[in-house]
Amino acid sequence: MAWYVAKRLFSAALILLGVTFITYLLLFLIPADPARQIAGRSATAEVVANIRHQLGLDLPFYEQYLRYLGNLLQGDLGRSYVQRSPVSDLMAARIGPSLQLMAAGIGFELLIGITLGIVAAIKRNSALDRLLMAFSFVGVSSPHFIAAMLALYFFAVKLDWFPLGGYGGIEHLLLPAITLGILGSGWYSRMVRSSMIDVLHQDFIRTARAKGLTRIRVLLRHVLPNAIVPVIPMIGIDIGIFMSGLVVVESVFGWPGIGQLAWQAIQQVDIPIIVGVTTLSAIAIVLGNLVADLAVLFVDPRIDVRHA
Amino acid sequence: MHRILKGLALAALTTAISATALAQDAPKPGGEIVVTYQNDVATLDPAIGYDWQNWSMIKSLFDGLMDYEPGTTNLVPDLAESYDISDDGLTYTFHLRHGVKFHNGREMTAADVKYSLERTVNPRTQSPGAGFFSSIVGFDEESNGDATTLSGITTPDEHTVQITLSAPDATFLHVMALNFASVVPKEAVEKWGRDFGKHPVGTGAFKLKEWALGQHLTFVKNDDYYRDGIPYLDQIDFEIGQEPNVALLRLQRGEVDIAGDGIPPAQFLQFKNDPEFQKLMVVGDQLHTGYVTLNVTIPPLDNVKVRQAINMAINKDRIVRVINGRATPANQPLPPAMPGYDEDYQGYPYDPEKAKALLEEAGFKDGFDTELYVMNTDPQPRIAQAIQQDLVAIGIRAQIKSLAQANVIAAGGDKDQAPMIWSGGMAWIADFPDPSNFWGPILGCEGAVPGGWNWAWYCNEKLDAEADAANAMVKPEQQEARAERWGEIFTTAMDDAPWVPIFNEQRYTVHSARMGGEDALYVDPVHVPVNYDYIWVK
Repeated sequence: MAWYVAKRLFSAALILLGVTFITYLLLFLIPADPARQIAGRSATAEVVANIRHQLGLDLPFYEQYLRYLGNLLQGDLGRSYVQRSPVSDLMAARIGPSLQLMAAGIGFELLIGITLGIVAAIKRNSALDRLLMAFSFVGVSSPHFIAAMLALYFFAVKLDWFPLGGYGGIEHLLLPAITLGILGSGWYSRMVRSSMIDVLHQDFIRTARAKGLTRIRVLLRHVLPNAIVPVIPMIGIDIGIFMSGLVVVESVFGWPGIGQLAWQAIQQVDIPIIVGVTTLSAIAIVLGNLVADLAVLFVDPRIDVRHA
Repeated sequence: MHRILKGLALAALTTAISATALAQDAPKPGGEIVVTYQNDVATLDPAIGYDWQNWSMIKSLFDGLMDYEPGTTNLVPDLAESYDISDDGLTYTFHLRHGVKFHNGREMTAADVKYSLERTVNPRTQSPGAGFFSSIVGFDEESNGDATTLSGITTPDEHTVQITLSAPDATFLHVMALNFASVVPKEAVEKWGRDFGKHPVGTGAFKLKEWALGQHLTFVKNDDYYRDGIPYLDQIDFEIGQEPNVALLRLQRGEVDIAGDGIPPAQFLQFKNDPEFQKLMVVGDQLHTGYVTLNVTIPPLDNVKVRQAINMAINKDRIVRVINGRATPANQPLPPAMPGYDEDYQGYPYDPEKAKALLEEAGFKDGFDTELYVMNTDPQPRIAQAIQQDLVAIGIRAQIKSLAQANVIAAGGDKDQAPMIWSGGMAWIADFPDPSNFWGPILGCEGAVPGGWNWAWYCNEKLDAEADAANAMVKPEQQEARAERWGEIFTTAMDDAPWVPIFNEQRYTVHSARMGGEDALYVDPVHVPVNYDYIWVK
């Protein structure tokens, strides 16, 4: 077990190193010149050269990258080119709201996804099943921007059930979280449905029914715990997909999270923030997968890591 | 009798109504407003902030020696009570106001003015505005790092600042009104270091009370502001991270007073035609021209006839329709609101037949292939397509290169890369209302360098000499003649047709019905976008 965790941590570190390298390289290759961007339109060539030197942009790529890694290890992500503040401060101010929305959003995904999956599996091949699966298909293929705008328009403008975006109490959180939940629930409902159907056909379910257990008890005690196992690693994978949705939904709902910061930074070619957010997302995804994989071990004792 | 009574009552009523109408026109102190923006406020450090969002915020927190009358481009003294210019135009003496206090309570003195200018020029500050001060004696030494002070600035006493220039510069007073020349207290700058932009301390009408990163900023009235009764508002809350469409919906509900990002292009027609909204929309000119640069060094654009033909081939009215009429067609580089704009100049008419004839004369009967660079966000590619269609009509086949802003700017700064660039989204907006600002960097030889902004690579030494001569006219009584001279420089340049001036964009601000103050304040040409100091709540 400890060996398994150590191995996973080691590969996680390698993945992170790779992510920072690729991001840094890509941004290095962009023709935009940060020194010129900072220096402004009226700058002379000397001023630009001076700023380039101060930022270390006149160094060769590997030296810039190593310098960045060195600083990163000390928790220094550099300073934003546009805002001139430490990237770590900018991200720290936004990480709380993002985690809040993420927890609530994934919570709704699971709630909606698992419920719909169960209903569809029980009523499999009925019109309701087809309707629910069509719904999940539409959900996962909807563009986040349009879906979020529509949700905002109907539920906040027309019906006035929720405030029009912004950050604050639970009333602000609900609409973006439910929107994210509905859009992402399709992955889970399809997975729960098929895995439920698998389990429903197993012998032990027939045995359970035969010994006189009620339908509900069979479902909750025998089917669901078995059918839910593949959902757990799915959450780990979902974090990555979820974050890409977060970028858009946070922007539409005016939620002051990491996604909004990334959206802005990309438009302004603010490289230190882009690299910072990418690294943080990579950490979140790697950690999420690791935790999910470890959680499965506890939920399902049949999985044996020694032979994995 | 009855009728008379009725008449009297009516008259009384009318008086009452007009009295309330009058009362509504008089500014009323007090009130708190909400302003929304999508992007984070980059910085409130006056030496660094250089975008249209923080520009007027900084103006409300800080003051410089000079400023403009609210809503206009008329230069007036601000922290300086008065100024004298020496006969040779090289020495400016500013007499400072007494008793002006920084937000930290200390009195502002001449030493602060000197320190602030030197701080902006110091390369360690990395100010995008440093170059504006290049005419001050000692600029080069400080810029190279050989000195940390400007030898051209002296402070004979606590309330007098003397600035010596290396050459007469008629724009110098405008430069003193730029945010980059704002006066900052040394102790606060040293306390916060590079984070001064998050903890600004100035002498302005408002002071920063709170800044929750990524969420909101709160400005509160500076009770010690040196102008009595200003500002009218007690508090402004800037809410950050609001999508522009959502901001407009909230404005309709009365939750927002000013939608800082204006109207998204896709919604423009809908709002313009909505009678409810027309009352809330303010239209103003900005010091902006959208243009196509024709690289005069790349064949066949090196032929003046080809460039003139292109000027006649483009239907500017149609392009204005493409952007829903948010602009007026242009025929010269200067925008109409700029001194020196020549109202009588006709420019090149839209005449495809004549354009074809000119092309034939130049030896391109069958046209030629070229490239048109454009920024890749709406509506720029659509405008480029309209230009492309117009050019095809006279036989010029232009391939559209739609790239990210930074890449287009990089292509323009490379002499051999971009034959034509549509300036949309990157166009020159004047830093101050003076025609010289529209010449040097974008049409003069100084801008025709690698990495420069003169993407036409037009360098006419004769006109540059004219420009220098015009800039040496510093006397107040020469200003009219100077503006005229400048106008001529631009129209003469148009004979060489290095640009196709397309349109002058207009600015739209949307504010809630309860906001008071003249329309000009909401589209202030200098305190862009809104002059927060003078607006008020009804």
